[in-house]
Amino acid sequence: MKVKMLSRNPDNYVRETKLDLQRVPRNYDPTLHPFEVPREYVRALNATKLERVFAKPFLASLDGHRDGVNCLAKHPKSLATVLSGACDGEVRIWNLTKQKCIRAIQAHEGFVRGMCTRFCGTSFFTVGDDKTVKQWKMDAPAYGEEEEPLHTILGKTVYTGIDHHWKEAVFATCGQQVDIWDEQRTSPICSMTWGFDSISSVKFNPIETFLLGSCASDRNIVLYDMRQSTPLKKVILDMRTNTICWNPMEAFIFTAANEDYNLYTFDMRALDTPVVVHKDHVSAVLDVDYSPTGKEFVSASFDKSIRIFPVDKSRSREVYHTKRMQHVICVKWTSDSKYIMCGSDEMNIRLWKANASEKLGVLTSREKAAKDYNQKLKEKFRHHPHIKRIARHRHLPKSIYSQIQEQRIMKEARRRKYVLRHLTLSQYSFLTSLISPKTNKKLPFREVVYVLLLYIRDVFEDFSRGLFSPFFSVMGEAMII
Amino acid sequence: MSTNQAVESLLALSQQEDLVDLPKDYPLSASEDEGDSDGERKHQKLLEAISSLGGKNRQKLAERSEASLKVSEFNVSSEGLGEKLVLADLLEPVKTSSSLATVRKHLNRVKSKKTVEVPLNKEEVERIHREVAFNKTSHVLSKWDPIILKNRQAEQLVFPLEKEQPAFAPIEHMLSGWKARSPLEQEIFNLLHKNKQPVTDPLLNPVEKASLKAMSLEEAKMRRAELQRARALQSYYEARTRREKKIKSKKYHRVMKKAKGKQALKEFEQLQKVNPTAALEELEKIEKARMMERMSLKHQNSGKWAKSKAIMAKYDLEARKAMQEQLAKNKELTQRLQVASESEEEEGGTEVEELLVPDAVNEAQMNAEEPNPWMLRSCTSDAKEAGIQEDAEQLPELLDHNVSESEGDERPVAEEEILLKEFEERRSLRKRSKLNQDAESVGSQETKDSISQEVLFELRTLSQKLKENHQSGKQKASSVGTFPQVQREEPVPEEEESLLLQRPERVQTLEELEELEKEECFQNKELPSPILEGHWLKKNPNNQTDAPKKKKKEQMIDLQNLLTTKSPSVKSLAVPTTIEELEDEAETDQKQMIKEAFAGDDVIRDFLKEKREAMEASKPQDVDLTLPGWGEWGGMGLKPSAKKRCQFLIKAPEGPPRKDKNLPNVIISEKRNIHAAAHQVRALPYPFTHHQQFERTIQTPIGSTWNTQRAFQKLTTPKIVTKAGHTIKPIKAEDVGYRSSARSDLSVIQRNPKRLSAHHKKQLKKNSID
Repeated sequence: MKVKMLSRNPDNYVRETKLDLQRVPRNYDPTLHPFEVPREYVRALNATKLERVFAKPFLASLDGHRDGVNCLAKHPKSLATVLSGACDGEVRIWNLTKQKCIRAIQAHEGFVRGMCTRFCGTSFFTVGDDKTVKQWKMDAPAYGEEEEPLHTILGKTVYTGIDHHWKEAVFATCGQQVDIWDEQRTSPICSMTWGFDSISSVKFNPIETFLLGSCASDRNIVLYDMRQSTPLKKVILDMRTNTICWNPMEAFIFTAANEDYNLYTFDMRALDTPVVVHKDHVSAVLDVDYSPTGKEFVSASFDKSIRIFPVDKSRSREVYHTKRMQHVICVKWTSDSKYIMCGSDEMNIRLWKANASEKLGVLTSREKAAKDYNQKLKEKFRHHPHIKRIARHRHLPKSIYSQIQEQRIMKEARRRKYVLRHLTLSQYSFLTSLISPKTNKKLPFREVVYVLLLYIRDVFEDFSRGLFSPFFSVMGEAMII
Repeated sequence: MSTNQAVESLLALSQQEDLVDLPKDYPLSASEDEGDSDGERKHQKLLEAISSLGGKNRQKLAERSEASLKVSEFNVSSEGLGEKLVLADLLEPVKTSSSLATVRKHLNRVKSKKTVEVPLNKEEVERIHREVAFNKTSHVLSKWDPIILKNRQAEQLVFPLEKEQPAFAPIEHMLSGWKARSPLEQEIFNLLHKNKQPVTDPLLNPVEKASLKAMSLEEAKMRRAELQRARALQSYYEARTRREKKIKSKKYHRVMKKAKGKQALKEFEQLQKVNPTAALEELEKIEKARMMERMSLKHQNSGKWAKSKAIMAKYDLEARKAMQEQLAKNKELTQRLQVASESEEEEGGTEVEELLVPDAVNEAQMNAEEPNPWMLRSCTSDAKEAGIQEDAEQLPELLDHNVSESEGDERPVAEEEILLKEFEERRSLRKRSKLNQDAESVGSQETKDSISQEVLFELRTLSQKLKENHQSGKQKASSVGTFPQVQREEPVPEEEESLLLQRPERVQTLEELEELEKEECFQNKELPSPILEGHWLKKNPNNQTDAPKKKKKEQMIDLQNLLTTKSPSVKSLAVPTTIEELEDEAETDQKQMIKEAFAGDDVIRDFLKEKREAMEASKPQDVDLTLPGWGEWGGMGLKPSAKKRCQFLIKAPEGPPRKDKNLPNVIISEKRNIHAAAHQVRALPYPFTHHQQFERTIQTPIGSTWNTQRAFQKLTTPKIVTKAGHTIKPIKAEDVGYRSSARSDLSVIQRNPKRLSAHHKKQLKKNSID
C-alpha cells in the first residue's frame, strides 16, 4: 500500500552553510498583491519627500580672492585642481579636496579676462586688461625661483577671452577680432572678423575641434571654421549673448547665455530657430557650462543664483542660491559630472553638488539599489500632483521670487494684448455671441472675451480643438511672446 | 571720313615701325588737314581747356598715346576722347594688303576673345566663401546624427565612454624575472619540461595543439559519411560505364554517338543564346578539332582496312557502303562550321542541310530501299509543280512511312528522320516563298529579327485560328447545306497550312506576312469550287462592313458620354440660382436620410434605460460569505443550504441618495472620489497618447517586492552611470568608430591660410554665374 504524504525537497529550503541568507519563498502572482500601485505610490511620495529633506547642495566656499572672481578653469587631468582669475589680476589655483588655495599669482594688471588650461594640463593661459596673453606653468616654481610666465605676448588691443584647442598646441583669443595662435609664435596664425564690435567670448568645439563659436556685443553669435579660416554663420539675437558653451557629447549643439534672461540652445546647422529656449532666470545670464555627460548644463546669472537645466527642457531642474552669494559671474561643471563651481562678485568660489540630495562617498550595494529604486519611483510617479508639487518646491530669495511674479504678470499682460490685437472682428463677434446670445450688445468687454477664450482652451481642450483652432493659433503665438 | 584717313596714316606708320599700341588719339600732320575740320578742332580744344579749368579734371586730360617716338609735349592733344574706335574700322584697309595678313590674324584673335568679367566685390566673395564653408561644415557634422540619436534614446549611458584597456603583462615578462627556488617549484618545472610544456605563450604542448587542430567528432562523422557517399556514387558510375562499354552492338554505339553529338549541338545553341563568349570558345574548340581531323589521315580511306575494302567495293555492296560512310564522316568532320548570324540564317540553314545530307557520290545508295532524303527532295520538287497541297499531303504520308519503317530501330534514327523531314519542309516552303518574293521587292527581306518574327508568327497563327473559328461559326450559322462536301474539304488544307507555318524562320517581315495572307486568300480562291470562292468573297465584305459599324457605334457612345458628364457643370456655370435650389434639396434630403436612418431608435427610452443601468451599477453590492462544503457536504451540483446562505449574506447598507434622483434628464456619475482625485493625474502627460498607456506604466510595479531580483535590477537601471573620480572626456570620433578628420587642424591652416580647394572654386564659379 502506498502512503501518500507531503514531502519537500530539502534543497529548496535548507541553507548550505550557516552564513547563507535564509531563503524566503515568494509568490509573485499579481493577484496576490492587490495593493502594489498604492504601495509604490507611497514609496515614491516618501522618496520625493526625503529627496527634499536631504537636498543640501552647498559643499564649500573657497575664499581668498581679494576681488570678484571673473573666470574659472578646470584642470583637464586632475579633478581636484581648479584655477580662478579675479578682477584684480590675481590667479589662484585651488585644491578642492583640501579646499585650499595652493598657489596665487599676480598675473595681470587689471582684470583677468579669460583663462584656459592646455589640454595636457601642464600649463595654462591667461589674458588680462593689460593687453597681454600669458602662459603659465601648472606646477609651482621651485624654492627660490621667481613666479614668472613661460611666455608673454603683448597685443595691440585688450583680449577679452581665451580658449585652448582640445587636441593641438593652438589657442584662440578674442577682442577686436578672433585670433588663432600657435603656442610657439608671437603673432596669430590667422585672425577672423565679421563686423566690428568687440567679441566677448570664444569657445572651441570639443568634438569637431576645428570649429569655434564666439559672441560679440553687437548681439550676434558667430561661428568660425579654423581650417578654412573663415567665419561660417552668424545669428543675431534680440540682446547680447554673454557666452556660449558647446555640448561635449553632441557636436553641433551649443547653448548661448543671453542678456534677455534666457538661454538658447542651437543646432549649428539650423540657426534660424533655437532648439530650446531655456527660461527661468530673472536677470541676465552671465555664464553657462555643460555637464560632461552632455545631458544638462548649469547657468550663472546676474540674479544671484545658478540654475541647472536639462538640455531638452525649457525650465530649470534646480536653482542654487545662498544669502551671501552675489552676482554669479562664472560657473563650471566639474569633469566627473558630480560638482558645480561658481565664482561670484563677492570674491568667493562656491562648490555645489550637481545633484542636491546625492549622498557623497562610497555607497554599499543596498544603498545603491535603494537609490536607483527611489529614482525610478520618482520618475514613474512624477506626474502625480502631490509628488510633483513636492519635487518642484524650492525656496527662493524674496528678490528673485517677487521678480518672477512680476515677470509672470508682465508676460500675461503682453500675451493678452497680443491676442486681443490679433483677434479678427468676425472672431470677436462670434465669441461674444457665444457668451450670451441674447445680451449680445451688453458684453463688449474684451477682457471677458479673453477670459472666456482661456476658459474654452482649458476646459474643452480636446473637444473644441477643431472649432477654436484659429483662436488657439493666435494664443499660441502669444505664448511664444 | 576723318577716321578712315587717320587709319590710313596710321597704317603707313605701322608699316615703318612695329605696331606698338593702338592709339585713341592721333596726330594729324598739317598738310593733310582740311580747313573746316581744323576750325572744329580748335573749338573743341577751347571747350576742353575751359572745362579743364574746373579743377579735378585737369590731371585726366593729359594722356599720351601716340605711336610716334618724338612728340613735342606742347602739342599733345586729347582729341577724339568721346569717339569710340571700333576694331572693324581698323581692319578694313588691312583686307586689301596681303602683307598685313599676320596682323589681321592677331587682331581677329584678339577680337574673338571675350572680355574677362569684372570680379565680384570683396563682400560678395566673402559671403560666398562663408556659405560654402558653412555647408561643408554642416555636412561634416551630420555624420554625428546617428550617434547622437542613439545616445539620446539609450536606456543607459555609462561614462566615461572610452573603455580603458587593462594593461596585461605578457607571461614571458613575468617568467623572465622569476626563478624556481623551492624544491617543489623545481619539481614542477622539471615535470613541465619533461612533457614539453612550453612556458611561453601559447601554453600548449604539441599533443594539445594537434588536438586543437583536429576536427570535432561530429564534423569527422559528417565528413566520413560524405566521402562514403561519393565513393559509392563513383562505383555506380564506373559499373554503368563498364556495362555500356560491353555492349557489342555497333548500331547502339553509333546511335549513342549521334545522340551525343546532337546533345552537344543543342547545348552549344543554348550556350550561344545564353553566353555568346563561351559559345565562341566552344566554337574555337570545334574549329581546332576540325583542323586536327584535316591534318590526320583518319577517315581518308587510306588505311589498311580501307584499302582492303576498296578492293572489295566493286563487288560488295556492304564494303562500298562502309567506304562511303567513312568518306561522309571525313567530310562531316572537316566541314567548316558556320556561325549563322541571324540575318544569314537561310544560307546557314542550307549549308547545314548540305552538311548533313550525304554527298552526291552516294548515288548508288539511292537504289536502296529506305527512303532517302534526296528522294524526298525530288519528290517535293516534283510535287511543287503539281501543287503545294499535294506536297503537303505527301509529306505526312512519307512521314508515316518513315515512322513505320523506323519503328523497329532505335529512337535517334527516328529523330534524324524527323530532322530531315523538317529540312524538307523548310525547303519546300522556301521555294514557295521565293515565288512570292519574286513579286515583292527584295530589299525588304533583309531586315529581320528572329524574335519579331516569332512574335509576328504567333500573331499570325492566332489570327488565322480566329479566322478559322469565325469561318466555322459562319458556316454553322449560314444554313447553306447545299455544298457540304466542299465546305468540309475547305478547313483541311487550312489546317495544314497552319501547321506548316509554324516555322519561325519562315516569316520574316511584316510585308511578308501580308504577302502570305494574300497568298492564302489567293489559295483559297484557287480552290476548285467557284461557289466557295463566292462564299469567301461574300464573307469578306461582310467582315469589312461589320468592323466600321462597330467603330461608329463606339464613337457615338463616347460622344454621348461626354455630353452627359459635362452637362451639369455647364449648367451650374450658367445659372447660379439653380445651385441654391439644389443645395436646399440636398439639405432636405439629408434630413430625410437621417430620419430614415434613425427611424427605429427611441432616444428617450434608450436614455432612461441607460440611467437605470447606471443606477443599478452604482448600488452597493451584497457580500456573500458562505463557504460551500463547510459543515455539510459540498461538491458538484450541491449548493449550500438556504439557511447558511441567509446566515452569511451581509447586506450592503443603503448608499446616499443619488444626485440625479430628481433630475429625469440627467445622469450624474458618482464614480469620482474627491479624496482620491487629489492624488490622481488630471491630464494625460506628454509622451503618452492614450490614457491606457499611462495607466499601464503606473500599474506595472518595479519594486523587488513584486519582481524577481533580476527583473528588479533591470527595471531600476539608472539612465546615466558615472564613475567617481574619473574625468569624462568629450565624445571622440574614434570612440564611436568614426575616423577623425585625418589631417590635423593646425597643419591645414599653416599650409593654406587663404587658399580655396578646387571644390570651393567650382562652387564659387557657379555662384558668380548665378
